[in-house]
Amino acid sequence: MTPVNHAVEIRDLHKHFGKLEVLKGIDFAVDPGQVVCVIGPSGSGKSTLLRCVNLLEQPTSGRVVLEGVELTDRDVDIDAARRRVGMVFQQFNLFPHMTALQNVMVAQRRVLKRGRAEAEKIARENLEKVGIADKCDAYPLQLSGGQQQRVAIARALAMNPALMLFDEPTSALDPELVGDVLTVMRKLAEEGMTMLVVTHEMAFARDVADRVVFMDGGVIVEDGPAAQVIGEPQHERTKSFLRRVLDPTHTDV
Amino acid sequence: MTDQSTKTEPGPDGGVPVRTGLSPRKKQQISRAVQYVVLVAAVVFLLMRIEWGKLAENFAKPEVAAETLPDLFTVALKNTIIYSVGGFFFAFLLGLLFALMRMSSVRPYRWIAIAYIEIFRGLPALLIFLLILFLPLALPGFEVPGGTYGQGILGLTIVGSAYMAETLRAGLQAVPKGQMEAARSLGMSHARAMTTIVIPQAVRIVIPPTTNQFVSLLKDSSLVLFLGVSGEYVELTKFGNDMASTFANATPILVVGVTYLLVTIPLGYLASRLEKRQARGR
Repeated sequence: MTPVNHAVEIRDLHKHFGKLEVLKGIDFAVDPGQVVCVIGPSGSGKSTLLRCVNLLEQPTSGRVVLEGVELTDRDVDIDAARRRVGMVFQQFNLFPHMTALQNVMVAQRRVLKRGRAEAEKIARENLEKVGIADKCDAYPLQLSGGQQQRVAIARALAMNPALMLFDEPTSALDPELVGDVLTVMRKLAEEGMTMLVVTHEMAFARDVADRVVFMDGGVIVEDGPAAQVIGEPQHERTKSFLRRVLDPTHTDV
Repeated sequence: MTDQSTKTEPGPDGGVPVRTGLSPRKKQQISRAVQYVVLVAAVVFLLMRIEWGKLAENFAKPEVAAETLPDLFTVALKNTIIYSVGGFFFAFLLGLLFALMRMSSVRPYRWIAIAYIEIFRGLPALLIFLLILFLPLALPGFEVPGGTYGQGILGLTIVGSAYMAETLRAGLQAVPKGQMEAARSLGMSHARAMTTIVIPQAVRIVIPPTTNQFVSLLKDSSLVLFLGVSGEYVELTKFGNDMASTFANATPILVVGVTYLLVTIPLGYLASRLEKRQARGR
């Protein structure tokens, strides 16, 4: 087994949906402690890439290596590997039949086999960390979108993941609630969590990310420090995308 | 400006065409009046035609009604409930099994489930009870466990499970895909995610239609009659039929009918309440 340098390493990743090729050979890696933001137009394959990292989508070809374990090996224990990767979804996907506390406890109990007291302690710590300790007994439907998403983050964190995946975590939120979630994510980044974030929040990418990856048409167009990719993009496609995103009322139609 | 109807309307200032004849409101009033007249005429006709004394004598004779007690509740209703709750319980389990098989990635399981559902959803309940009655002929030495109760429950299980399988499948498919994905991303196996996350939500979704299915099974439990039950095993319909024969009077049938309604109407009400609550909650 190769020495573990990267938290996650992706080599020549392809993904087809029927005849549609969504990912056309992706190579990149995230190092431990790094925060990488993936930006790009919708349909560029960025969410698919993220979902290939924990094999929610089965790649058509290529390798995904997580902490030295190849996930694309057909005989890998994928459930064990997924415990190391937390995922936060655009639509939160909280379990609606459980309270916030139970949402954060259930996988600890069922997957990690933690005892009730321990699981509850860890759940409360994580809910406190995301700022909703007072909503432990609320059901998801009784929470705002921003609160639900923070419970979802706590649910993932309670599993002590080595890597956190965020799939457009603020895209389904009302504008005034976006900040609560981004603040939690920023704190997490500052604590040294390894994060791979698909987002349209350019301010977050610029301020928090160590690296920004711009994807378009199923390939990585540009990959570099945030200041460079967002501040001085090299490629025309990156430039035109950023113009549209940063100045939407002056887009060339 | 007014026309021949008493109703005044804002005068047409050129644009609106001038109405001729009755106003729509007038027409509606007349139509409603006609409907009331027809209704009253029909009721009066029926009241005059029916021989009330004879009707009461045959369908609502207090002495006969009193004879049905206490067995009406302690035996007949009790058995009806045993048959239908038992049938419902096993139909639910079997239905869940077939729903999961129907969605299985193993193709023969899907085939078996589809065949079972199509066959038993398409057969009349009575036919199924007759099949059970003749089962010992087909399989010598075979006996349904639980005797008469077992036979009745088996029949209702078969009748209910095919419908239950389809209802539960709809419920399972109504759980958003993101739920399974969230569970899997937390490291749960497919089976664990199903039992902990998906099935509990699916069951909640199907509670209202399932309540209606229970009402339907409760009514179908009357078919136990065809198994030739007697004595302590009789359910409501058989009980009513026997009593009616004994007294040569239809009162027990009416009494039994009211007893069914005592159970089915509250249940139907409960189902619609649950449905409303769910529409609010989701």
